[in-house]
Amino acid sequence: MTDILVVAESDADVLSSATLEAITAARSLEGTIHVLLFGSSVDADEAAARVGAFGAEELHVAEHELLGDYGPEAWGQALALAIDDMEPDVVVACGTSKGNEVLAQAAARLDLPFVANCIDLPGELADSDDVVLTRVQWGGSLLEEASLSAETRIVSISHHAVEAESIDGPAATTDTFVPELHDTVARSLCVGREMAEAGVTLSTAPIVFGGGRGVGSADAFAPLEELASLMGGRVGCSRAVTNNGWRPHRDQVGQTGTRIAPELYVASGISGAIQHWVGAMASKKILAINTDPEANMVVKSDYFVQGDLHKVLPAVIDEIKSRRG
Amino acid sequence: MRILVCVKRVPAPGAKINITADGQDVDTAHLGFAMSPHEECAVEEAVQLVERFDGEATVLTLGPPEAEEQLRYASSLGVQNAVLLSTDGSAWDPQGTARAIVSAVQSLEAEDGPFDLILFGNESADSGGYQVGVRVAHALGRPIVNAIKGIEPDFDAGTTRVKREIDGGFEIYDLPLPAVLGVKEGLNLPRYPTMKGRLASKKVGVKVIEAAADAGGQGRVRLRQPPAQASTMVKLGDGPEAAPAIVDLFEELGLLK
Ligand SMILES: Cc1cc2nc3c(=O)[nH]c(=O)nc-3n(C[C@H](O)[C@H](O)[C@H](O)COP(=O)(O)OP(=O)(O)OC[C@H]3O[C@@H](n4cnc5c(N)ncnc54)[C@H](O)[C@@H]3O)c2cc1C
Repeated sequence: MTDILVVAESDADVLSSATLEAITAARSLEGTIHVLLFGSSVDADEAAARVGAFGAEELHVAEHELLGDYGPEAWGQALALAIDDMEPDVVVACGTSKGNEVLAQAAARLDLPFVANCIDLPGELADSDDVVLTRVQWGGSLLEEASLSAETRIVSISHHAVEAESIDGPAATTDTFVPELHDTVARSLCVGREMAEAGVTLSTAPIVFGGGRGVGSADAFAPLEELASLMGGRVGCSRAVTNNGWRPHRDQVGQTGTRIAPELYVASGISGAIQHWVGAMASKKILAINTDPEANMVVKSDYFVQGDLHKVLPAVIDEIKSRRG
Repeated sequence: MRILVCVKRVPAPGAKINITADGQDVDTAHLGFAMSPHEECAVEEAVQLVERFDGEATVLTLGPPEAEEQLRYASSLGVQNAVLLSTDGSAWDPQGTARAIVSAVQSLEAEDGPFDLILFGNESADSGGYQVGVRVAHALGRPIVNAIKGIEPDFDAGTTRVKREIDGGFEIYDLPLPAVLGVKEGLNLPRYPTMKGRLASKKVGVKVIEAAADAGGQGRVRLRQPPAQASTMVKLGDGPEAAPAIVDLFEELGLLK
């Protein structure tokens, strides 16, 4: 019988939705789905009901005083010990920042390969120790078919590649696992947080006004700012803009910036290089405003206005104000 | 105080990435090369720390002889030493890459003493394996935290405070030195090389070490393009006259209340 161990992630004491994506992906493998949860800050009964609904049969809660807050070495060592103890055939996490980090930590400790950011989990992964997986490269611009040879297959599923889908399964059975962690892992525990003020962020805004090199200067972002505040959205930008120091990096959309998924992305003066595109492609709709009808952003958009953004955007502001009266 | 920065030479594609006929690589016939933006920030951070605290920075890359270009770029920004772990340019798997870097770090440290900090990019721009830094740190017995966007070291106390990016803010970690970090773009704003820096970098001696291949359990079968999305672009109009059509779209999508 194949055993699949899904590594859970929690966010502010709540099981993260990324974990449910990983469990959903694991259902394409024939076998028993186990979930490993670190620490006891998440309510175990609630977690058992939640992971059960998505198809997990067993929940193992790893308990240790060093598993209070997140620590890459503490979680990684606990996972490596759980793998030694439970001997699963497949270990899966969602390819979030921490998901990939914890799998890498465990794989390093066990000297096993780890294949990051697969787009799906093929059935053979459950029963063959020599499989081919499809994973993303270039942040999603390219795919790689990668071979994986290992008795324990450690893989992550690319975030958002699979939509979490409940099957209304019964609550998972629960037990505790007490790993013998070394004291040294205490050195990399999270000791605090600095949170920005609440409100819409680039990744949660319903509309994002993105500006690129075509905007021309920091000051020329004023119409984008005004539109964002009129419509409850956020300003985003390309790397050409952050490199010029026109906007802070936290506004950058793309492979090395933020991935956005608004209802509408308005991309003005942005050419749509692949590294920008992969950060914008999850937008429901894209409106490109550009002087160049051949620009990649334009060709891939849903709507296009050809023209100078410095004339178009102020006209849009006037139109909104006049309709509002 | 000594800092090591590990970088990777990658092609710099624009609107599309083309693949070679055998499917084994990105077709770089018409492309320039760069290091990832994450690594550019790692280099900038090392240069800034050396300027603030004295000491020296070393840049290391595992790659083909042409990767000397990225080493010299780092030198032109103010990194003192350069090390090339020379390969034939084929794609190395993460375990093999990490093993080669670990053995190079051990020999560099045996010669000149330990590195207080080793900086990696959070993930490489091309293959994006999310693990080489973690494997190296583990093999060296040092702590590592990824997604770092702020570094405040206290070399006298032998510790560093670092900030990790999370959704809506930062997590704080206090690590003992020596430590390893996976950093992200946004850590700082990298400088451009000066003419003087460029000239000086031509004279920097690059230490070349033949990297011994010791592959792990992941291999490349082939690269392929993701499925193409059907284009359905609708042109709303030209210039400012298109403003009413744009605002109609906002209303249609329920974005204008
Ligand atoms: C490894 C790697 C990672 C990267 N990560 C990112 C990333 O995360 N995010 C990112 O954005 N980039 C990233 N880049 C950079 C990327 O390759 C491009 O260089 C960048 O996105 C270009 O920005 P841009 O579109 O603003 O500028 P350009 O490519 O110069 O395009 C400017 C556009 O503005 C239009 N324009 C000019 N004037 C006007 C006007 N008056 N009105 C209307 N339109 C006008 C032009 O027609 C053109 O289409 C990365 C690159 C690499 C190598």
